[in-house]
Order: sequence, then C-alpha cells, then structure tokens
Amino acid sequence: MKKLPNAPERKRALLGTALIAVALAVLPLVVAGTLGNTWVRILDYALLYIILALGLNIVVGFAGLLDLGYIAFYAVGAYLYALLASPHFGIHWPAWAILPLGAIVAGFFGVVLGAPTLRLRGDYLAIVTLGFGEIIRIFLNNLNAPVNITNGPKGIALIDPIRIGGHSLSAPLDLFGVTVPGVVLHYYLFVLLAVGIVFVGIRLQDSRIGRAWVAIREDEIAAKACGIDTRNVKLLAFAMGASFGGVAGGLFASFQQFVSPESFGLLESVMVLCMVVLGGMGNIPGVILGGLLLTLLPEAFRYGAGPVQQVLLGRVLLDPESLRMLLFGVALIAVMLYRPAGLWPEARHRRELAEAAAEKKA
Amino acid sequence: MTVLLEARGIGKRFGGVQALHDVSLTIRRGEIYGLIGPNGAGKTTFFNVLTGLYPRDGGEVMFDGEPLKLGSPHEVTRAGIARTFQNIRLFANMTALENVMVGRHARTKVGVGGAVFRFSSARAEEAAIHRRAEELLHYVGIADHANDLARHLAYGDQRRLEIARALATEPKLLALDEPAAGMNATETAALKTLVEGIRADGVTVLLIEHDVKLVMGLCDRVAVLDYGEKIAEDVPAQVRNNPQVIEAYLGGSLEH
Repeated sequence: MKKLPNAPERKRALLGTALIAVALAVLPLVVAGTLGNTWVRILDYALLYIILALGLNIVVGFAGLLDLGYIAFYAVGAYLYALLASPHFGIHWPAWAILPLGAIVAGFFGVVLGAPTLRLRGDYLAIVTLGFGEIIRIFLNNLNAPVNITNGPKGIALIDPIRIGGHSLSAPLDLFGVTVPGVVLHYYLFVLLAVGIVFVGIRLQDSRIGRAWVAIREDEIAAKACGIDTRNVKLLAFAMGASFGGVAGGLFASFQQFVSPESFGLLESVMVLCMVVLGGMGNIPGVILGGLLLTLLPEAFRYGAGPVQQVLLGRVLLDPESLRMLLFGVALIAVMLYRPAGLWPEARHRRELAEAAAEKKA
Repeated sequence: MTVLLEARGIGKRFGGVQALHDVSLTIRRGEIYGLIGPNGAGKTTFFNVLTGLYPRDGGEVMFDGEPLKLGSPHEVTRAGIARTFQNIRLFANMTALENVMVGRHARTKVGVGGAVFRFSSARAEEAAIHRRAEELLHYVGIADHANDLARHLAYGDQRRLEIARALATEPKLLALDEPAAGMNATETAALKTLVEGIRADGVTVLLIEHDVKLVMGLCDRVAVLDYGEKIAEDVPAQVRNNPQVIEAYLGGSLEH
C-alpha cells in the first residue's frame, strides 16, 4: 500500500485529474471543428482499441500469458449485441442490459478457452490461443446453416444504436441550440467506459490479485509454493481480459450498426497485441498510448501521404493506401529496435532491459 | 513431542529410475529435522513429492493429524508446509517487500471486487499484508533492502528473502532445500542462528543439506537417504557412527 499523499501532492493530483477531464471533454469538439467528424469517428475507434488493449494487457502484461486469439472475445461481445438488438432475430434489448451481459458471456468464453491452455506457456500458448481465435471467427462465418444464427459472411446489419434517455446516440443531439453529432456522443460514452476500465485496471494491478499475476509471470513454480492457486488466478486473468473485450465488442456493434466475421481476423488480434507490446507491456498509460498511436498513425498516413507527395514531388507517386501500411511497418520496426520495452514501459520491464543492455556493453 | 508429519512408503519413479523407494519418516513438532545423503540420493525428489510439485507413485503423508493431499503445491502450502528452493526461486523483478507480500496470498482473501472498490476490509487487509511483510523482512534481517529488486540482493540475502517469503505463508513446517549452498562460513553461521530462531518461535524445520557439519550441529534428528532409500534415522551422534551411513558416503568420514 502506498503512503497517503500529503496535502500539496493530493492537490496536484486533483488538479491533474481535472485538467485531463477537461481535455478529454473538449477534445472531440476541437477535433470536430478543425479536422472534421471523420477524425472524431477515428478517435471513437481508437477508444475501442484502447479498451481492447487494456483487456489484453491484463492477460499478456500482468499475467504474462501470450494470447494471440484475443479478438475472439471482441467478436463474442459484438455478436451478442448484434443478436440481441437487431431485426435479425427481432430482439431489441436495451444496451444497458446487453453490455454487462456481453462482459459476462465474454468472460465465460475467456474461462472456457483459457482452461485447456493452462499447462502451456510462451510459444505453445500463443499457437493454441491463435487457433481458438480462428475457431470463433470460422464459427461466426459458418453458423448460418442449418439454423441461421450469425447470418454467415453476410454479417448482421441494422443493429440498434445505443439509446440514452430515449435518445439514439447515432442521431445528432440538439443541446441549447448547438447540434452535437452522433460521433461526439459516442466519444463521450466510450471515454467514460475507457476511464472506468483504466480505473479497474489500476486498482487490480495494485492489489493481492495483481501481485499474484506478476508472481505467475515471474516464476510459476514459486508462485504455487506461495500458496497461489495458479489455475484459478490465470483463469481470472483470462476472464477479466475477455470481459473487457466483450464490452468493447458490444460498443463496436452498436457504433457501427453492422458486424461481420471479417472484422475479427487474426490481424486484429495482432494489432491489439502490438498496442500492448509497443505501448509498454504491463503499464497502463503505455498501453493507452500504444492504442492511440496505432489507431491514429495509419489514419494519418492514409490522409497525409497523398497531399505530402503532391507538395514534395508534385504528383502522387505511391498509392497512399499501400504506403500507409509500409510506413506503419517501418514505425513498428523502429520502435522495436530503439525502444524494445515499448514506448512507455512498466518500471519493472524498463529496469530489466536497461540492465540487459548494460551487461551487453560491459 | 507429538508427531507433526508422518510419511509412509513414499515412492517415486522417473522412467526406469527408482528415485525414491518406500521412504518413511516421522517429523516431530518443534524439532529441526535433517535430511542428508550423497548427491542424487533423492533428497530434493522427496522434497518435491512432499510439497506437491511431483506426483508420487505410492505412499501417503499424514500432516498435523490429517492426510495431506499431495499433487497441488498451493494446497500443500495452505495446509501449512512452506518451502524454499535449492536454486533460489524469487520473483526476480519484484522488490523484496513485494516478494514477501506475495507469500501472504494463501492467508488473505481479497478478490476482484475488494481490489477494485477498496472496501474498508480490503484496505485493512492490504495494510496488514504490508505490515507483516515488513516485519518478516526485519525478522530475517534484510529490512534495509525492502525496496530493492530481489535480483539485486546479495546471494545470502536472497536466501533470507526466500525464507521470509516462506514464513509469510504461516507454515507449521518450514522445508529448506540446501539453504547453505554457496554460502561462506560467516553466512552459514548466521543462517544457523536464523533457523534456530525460527524453531524457537514455534515452527518445525525440515532441512535438506549438503553441509554435514551444519546438519549435525543444528538438527535434533537426521534421516539419511541413499539411492532413494532411507538407511538411517536417528539423533546426529548415532547417525554419525552408523556404518551404513559411513559406507554411503564412500567410506569418507563425516567429520570434514
């Protein structure tokens, strides 16, 4: 337990929190005013990815279990929302009922998929989880016959948007004569949930449970000898991470109002893992940074690559669409080479890597 | 003295090698019990079977009046047997204090809800974990290093930290696997004092050791393993003169 902060420190912390709150509140309005609603939409997606990355961080960053099929839980949350709030089955449950249910169902899937992997570590765990991720996607793709459950590759459309107080978040809201677009409304909802999930993550990290996760990551046999039921504690990590993914999935379905299996491929799992690893495994601010950068950079390249070439070369030499993935790849490699512990690593990892580097030089 | 632990007919086979054959021994409450034997005699194997790390092929263990469920190390720890490892197994990138705090896991119970909402009971438990961990670091004499990473501690201090972490689980029996390995004479003497103190505070100690002098000076009773079989179990003075034991140590004297 940390020492209670003294009065000036507490004041500074409060001030910092207030500043962040104001910045988060004003951000979408500024972005909408300068860059347009497209970029607010991109911010919305960034927030979804941040929630996903925070969930995966519990599994990979805290407990040290390399999970390559994490996107499956995002898919579970998204399809659960789609099935329970769309004309597909004619069910129209409210979001406040589906989102918690999504967290529970995804958490359950986390336990079911985690249980067979408990004896595996490292590469083997990665391969098995990768397989599970694909199994879920293939199920979604094929469960349209003999009974049509998921509507197969065509996906599920016309999903209900989230409604708050009778107002649909996808419709603009007139507030004192100002029209707030739907993407901005979604932004506020997503920010609130992301902040809640950050809070849960921080509290867990600094607790008996968080210590048990790190202990398993550090030395599983010693953790057992300390009386930690590693099976349950690992399953708890899988379940917590998956339930965050399930919430993000539900938000995704309601925001996009359409889901199809192709949103949940292996590449998505890899992207989320990249956010965790590049941002800084185990460090919540780092993971947020990773999620933000890896969503915003490709978009910036997409919109920026064309005009920049026009100015520099006088014409568009390379297709921005293919260039952006190239630049993205280069950026990833650069981070891996120059900041191997991630952009903003957890103190533990940072020390470890600094020492390894020092030993190499010596 | 009452019996704390009674192992009956413990067997363990690795492929074609019979690592333990029908080993039975009795540890009394409050004693320091030594387990010695030449390299490869099966001491650590016995330890690992006793603490649930290896499944056993036969036999049973009564601990504190109840059959001990072997097979899951965390349940053995919860039943009251804590151990250290021959090749130190600390949580290298956690601080010394955090290592001991992890040791409190089995005796505390705050879950996800308590951790997230920090009910007053959860805060009190966390404070108690912290306090107890500090006490134990002080007890083994490394309080100054509370906030150092475990990997940065000196070798002898790492051994002490492992003992502190094991004590954090509130064991009735503390099982030490070659705690003096790699220690110099001064460190070994200090370790001896520490183990005697632990026993004086009411914890029974099971000690595997190579250092025969340390075992003879410290233990109340000693069992000798050779090729997976117990060849002697007695007070040190008797064991020292047991011809079978002398033979097991290749005719070498036990006086070195």
